[in-house]
Amino acid sequence: MPGKLKVKIVAGRHLPVMDRASDLTDAFVEVKFGNTTFKTDVYPKSLNPQWNSEWFKFEVDDEDLQDEPLQITVLDHDTYSANDAIGKVYIDIDPLLYSEAATVISGWFPIYDTIHGIRGEINVVVKVDLFNDLNRFRQSSCGVKFFCTTSIPKCYRAVVIHGFVEELVVNEDPEYQWIDRIRTPRASNEARQRLISLMSGELQRKIGLKVLEMRGNAVVGYLQCFDLEGESGLVVRAIGTACTLDKISNTAFLPACNSPSKEMKESPLVHPPSHGCRSTHNSPIHTASGSRLTQNFSLSVPTLIYTGMGSGSAGKEGGPFKALLRQQTQTALEQREFPFFTLTAFPPGFLVHVGGVVSARSVKLLDRIHNPDEPETRDAWWAEIRQEIKSHAKALGCHAVVGYSESTSICEEVCILSASGTAAVLNPRFLQDGTMEGCLEQRTEETSPLGCGFCHIPYDELNMPFPAHLTYCYNCRKQKVPDVLFTTIDLPTEAMVIGKGCLIQARLCRLKKKAQAEANATSISNLLPFMEYEVHTQLMNKLKLKGMNALFGLRIQITVGENMLMGLASATGVYLTALPTPGGIQIAGKTPNDGTYEQHISHMQKKINDTIAKNKELYDINPPEIPEEIIGSPFPEPRQRSRLLRSQSESSDEVMELDLSHGKKDAFVLEIDDTDAMEDVHSLLTDVPPPPGFYSCNTEIMPGINNWTSDIQMFTSVRVSRLSNINLTNQTLNKNFNDLCENLLKSLYFKLRSMIPCCLCHVNFTVALPEDEVIQVTVTAVAITFDKNQALQTSKVPAAEKTLQRASTDNEEQLQFPLELCSDPLVSQPFSPAKAASLDKASPLAEGHLRHRSIPSCTNSSVSVVKMTPLSFIPRAKITKYLGIINMFFIRETTSLREEGGVSGFLHAFIAEVFAMVRAHVAALGGNAVVSYIMKQCVFMENPNKNQAQCLINVSGDAVIVVRESELEMVPVQPSAPVSQPTSAGGDVTT
Amino acid sequence: MTNDLDIFVGNTTLIDEDVYRLWLDGFSVSDAVTLRLRSGILEQTGATVDVLQSDTMDHYRTFHMLERLLHTPSKLIHQLHFQIPPSRQAMLIERYYAFDESFVREVLGKKLSKGTKKDLDDISTKTNITLKSCRRQFDNFKRVFKVVEEMRGSLVENIQQHFLLSDRLARYYAAIVFFANSRFETGKKKLQFLTFEDFAYCAEQMIENWTLGAVDSNVDDMDVDLDKEFLQELKELKVLIADKDLLDVHKSLVCTSLRGKISVYNEMEANFKNLSRALVNIASKLTHNKDVRDFFIDLVEKFIEPCKSDKWTLNDVRLFLTQYMTSAHTVDAFRHQALWDRYMNTIKSCLLKMYHD
Repeated sequence: MPGKLKVKIVAGRHLPVMDRASDLTDAFVEVKFGNTTFKTDVYPKSLNPQWNSEWFKFEVDDEDLQDEPLQITVLDHDTYSANDAIGKVYIDIDPLLYSEAATVISGWFPIYDTIHGIRGEINVVVKVDLFNDLNRFRQSSCGVKFFCTTSIPKCYRAVVIHGFVEELVVNEDPEYQWIDRIRTPRASNEARQRLISLMSGELQRKIGLKVLEMRGNAVVGYLQCFDLEGESGLVVRAIGTACTLDKISNTAFLPACNSPSKEMKESPLVHPPSHGCRSTHNSPIHTASGSRLTQNFSLSVPTLIYTGMGSGSAGKEGGPFKALLRQQTQTALEQREFPFFTLTAFPPGFLVHVGGVVSARSVKLLDRIHNPDEPETRDAWWAEIRQEIKSHAKALGCHAVVGYSESTSICEEVCILSASGTAAVLNPRFLQDGTMEGCLEQRTEETSPLGCGFCHIPYDELNMPFPAHLTYCYNCRKQKVPDVLFTTIDLPTEAMVIGKGCLIQARLCRLKKKAQAEANATSISNLLPFMEYEVHTQLMNKLKLKGMNALFGLRIQITVGENMLMGLASATGVYLTALPTPGGIQIAGKTPNDGTYEQHISHMQKKINDTIAKNKELYDINPPEIPEEIIGSPFPEPRQRSRLLRSQSESSDEVMELDLSHGKKDAFVLEIDDTDAMEDVHSLLTDVPPPPGFYSCNTEIMPGINNWTSDIQMFTSVRVSRLSNINLTNQTLNKNFNDLCENLLKSLYFKLRSMIPCCLCHVNFTVALPEDEVIQVTVTAVAITFDKNQALQTSKVPAAEKTLQRASTDNEEQLQFPLELCSDPLVSQPFSPAKAASLDKASPLAEGHLRHRSIPSCTNSSVSVVKMTPLSFIPRAKITKYLGIINMFFIRETTSLREEGGVSGFLHAFIAEVFAMVRAHVAALGGNAVVSYIMKQCVFMENPNKNQAQCLINVSGDAVIVVRESELEMVPVQPSAPVSQPTSAGGDVTT
Repeated sequence: MTNDLDIFVGNTTLIDEDVYRLWLDGFSVSDAVTLRLRSGILEQTGATVDVLQSDTMDHYRTFHMLERLLHTPSKLIHQLHFQIPPSRQAMLIERYYAFDESFVREVLGKKLSKGTKKDLDDISTKTNITLKSCRRQFDNFKRVFKVVEEMRGSLVENIQQHFLLSDRLARYYAAIVFFANSRFETGKKKLQFLTFEDFAYCAEQMIENWTLGAVDSNVDDMDVDLDKEFLQELKELKVLIADKDLLDVHKSLVCTSLRGKISVYNEMEANFKNLSRALVNIASKLTHNKDVRDFFIDLVEKFIEPCKSDKWTLNDVRLFLTQYMTSAHTVDAFRHQALWDRYMNTIKSCLLKMYHD
């Protein structure tokens, strides 16, 4: 009996009228936990009842505490008939189970009904008394902290990063149980909500146990998803990265940060040794090649394999030190089944090299699961895929996968399982307890101070897994780098970038015949490699068109529908100074005799060249000119492009001119041999750049922008489009899909125009195919206004000097202020109110705040503001405390769709309700913001003929307390985030 | 390809003030889009008509959802459904409860009943305000009326507390409630020259001086109903015109002090008895509901029009009324000084406000 849960029901407000005769309600509350239920008295005839109940006490196991949600039901008492339910509140009490998080949950919660939505609010107080449990064989894992954030949370430092944890639980979906035929939709929805809540709790507890086994105390990058498999069940699965975290005690004095991982640098304990872990002097021969997608598709019945990797050549070592290092890291990692990390940003020094994106997909038939109620089959499926990812990483000479994620797409009985990540070489220092540190550090050589280390290829140049184009690193000149780099992670803080980044998307549809079972699965898995290939080509083309050479945060989503497959890849393109300048795109026609055709081609070529030039200007990409000689590689370029490798992703290289001796050394040639290719080129040029003042990216950090204001707006936008024409072709489908996405973006830019200059960060698109000919696109992102005037002040790239000068002369006045702050000698002193006041005055934001306060009639608002963002930080504010994970699942259903404003009205209201419930829970925990917020699922189904619709939404994030920078002690506002701009050391570039 | 569903939901509810105005003005989505197009918004932003259409729809949906809360503004402040900064909430409420001059002039003093609601069609045609907007404004009047009608305490404060309106708007609503309750006639052709602001001012004066609240601040309906006892007592003032001696004394006192000061001395002297009779008669008749309703017509017909026809200036009127009121105090035989002041102060203020040069 290791815990006591105490609940008090205080009051209600804005309750709905339940008794038409009196226009009033006789409300009472049932409080249920596990199998125990308490009731309050009936508060008669009021819409604002004051129950002020006693403390209801539940004595429970901590196992139950972790699994069960607290269920609060508000009812209307009826003397003669059954009591009517007004609505429910589910409270996850997990945040109360670890000492560093919240201590009490207290506040107003919206009362939610799956049919009517929010119906008034209820004020509840919840506390937990935990008794220490000394039982070694305990089933609970209270005390393990969970974070959705995919980097080491601020105010913690990573002592050890243990690695991958995963778990999966299966249950029968209540919607498919026989009893569903006789119960009301409300009962069925509630059963489902409750079940998922229970399963999530169980899952979290089990993962917690695994973490304890690994001697960790936290899970970072926790991603939980559910799969609605239909008849075969309901799966809730989660992955994460187990860590041992240490709380940084003096958080109050750390500077607030605008970029996610800056803070880690401030912590002396995690400060990276300026040593990396690779010896270069005796390994001039490096491993080879650019990073590409590798893929592998398998069906549950016949297994088709398109393995991309030449051989398992990774074992070849360049030199003794490198070998040693490899052995060490390998032993560190090989203890683990899967050396995967769900993190996308890392402590400095953690990431040594990046190989490239690895991905694996497999098509499964859900109705062939032998024992659907047990998790074994799905476990085996995922294990298989993870195994593939692991081997792909190996082939790239990497021993680990970072930025790892998993997803599914289900249509009827077909399910596509996908996993992807970035193959990488890691510094073992963080992977094991401190013991290794000493011996390693002696051997390690300096990591390039130029921040290019992670770009250097980890694989063997003479034994490249696939053909690619290597050059010496443009920063250090010592190591080889690929010509382009694709990754699923965020831009590392030390990376040096020229100009700004931008969102790059590849969009693709493929029709497929309707088919059953194996035939269907086969046709899907036959299509997948082609889609993957085309997505890759599109990304490459668009990247070149932007004049950039690397992609970060790459996420490829393949969605399966009845009669089509959709592919949507999003990433943030940047120009890394370490990689070669991308060549242009050259168009080559197949029929050179035709005069008009030639003309057309040259016209297109001109357009493309213009676009590239325009983009370079738009994103401030003006890399320094580099003398040719330096680039020449002393080693023979690998030209052994075997036919075998052709069939897979290596795609674009086929048409790539690799002759380095030429001036147009890496021009990218597009062959237009048929109308399809023509279409492709056209679609390349139809992507309109965002309007002036807007930038967008899907990563946490936008390179080139670092002076965010506190003005943020998180939003979700959903569009459902019906394809009208029956005779669909791939072309029209592609065009429709492309238009849908482009129009959606345009709409966002228009709506958010008041925030200019503004950047849309963490733009996350998801595509669903709920029915035939219906496409649903959901976007969640955060718009952040930045201060244009200071945008360029930190850039010190010689090449960017012109822009820099312009910026600084224009803005001398603006610059003065931050500079003054920096030079202030009092900075390290504790809070001084006088100074705070002066800053308040100086900052227009603070003024705005005061103005708000002075609005007379509305200051009595009892509703506290809760900010939400998909990023791991709130700009201009500092996270002082993590209160726990928010993981909520809601169902909303209506049988009066028209009356609720049609599908748009219905979903609009529901999403607003979901936001409201998230905010209420955070506020009740004592928080004022949600970071790393994500809408993991938004399943919408409608039946307009029956006037019905249903929607399921699953969201999660980390509840936190943030303190505004201006309210903090006056630490110097670091004017330059080291994030993305080359520092003065970058001057070496030209030598 | 058509968009079945197209929504945008911000964590902070996005509100476009221009679109809000169009929505309040009762324009349909397509009319609103046309109007926005005309404003040149596309040229400024480089957007397309589709984008504008979708944006307008989205805002209209938001406003539609907010409307339920705007009916009880305190709910809007405390609700959790939409996160709106306080300054924005205040703006939403203030604008929602704002009304058009031409509309309020049509409805002022009418019973806020279903019957009047049926006439909204005609009002809409006449004023060129959309029917939707007329309905909103009418419903606002009615809602405020219902809530504060039977409440204790100051009318303006009650309105402010329940509807969170600005001071100015709360005063206007107090006037509307007051007029609706006593059903003052304001629509006659002769009264057309008066603005709503004129009436609102008069209402405020009457509430301040003539209601129960003026003497006792702790009664029901104190600011809404006129003080019946006071109206009854007003009959006593009749002595000023009934008693010939009194009338003459009063006249000579006024004439002496105004000689040389007023530009229409002769006209004033000639008309004194008529004017005095008019003002006192209005007072003595206020016990009848019908005469209360005609209060403003009477003021215009019996006082303002005669003065106008003799080309009195506003200053003349002020001088006359001031003298007319104070001189009565020096009429020895006249004993109802307090009553006289309570009546005349308000009448004077009203007439001065209503007398447009």
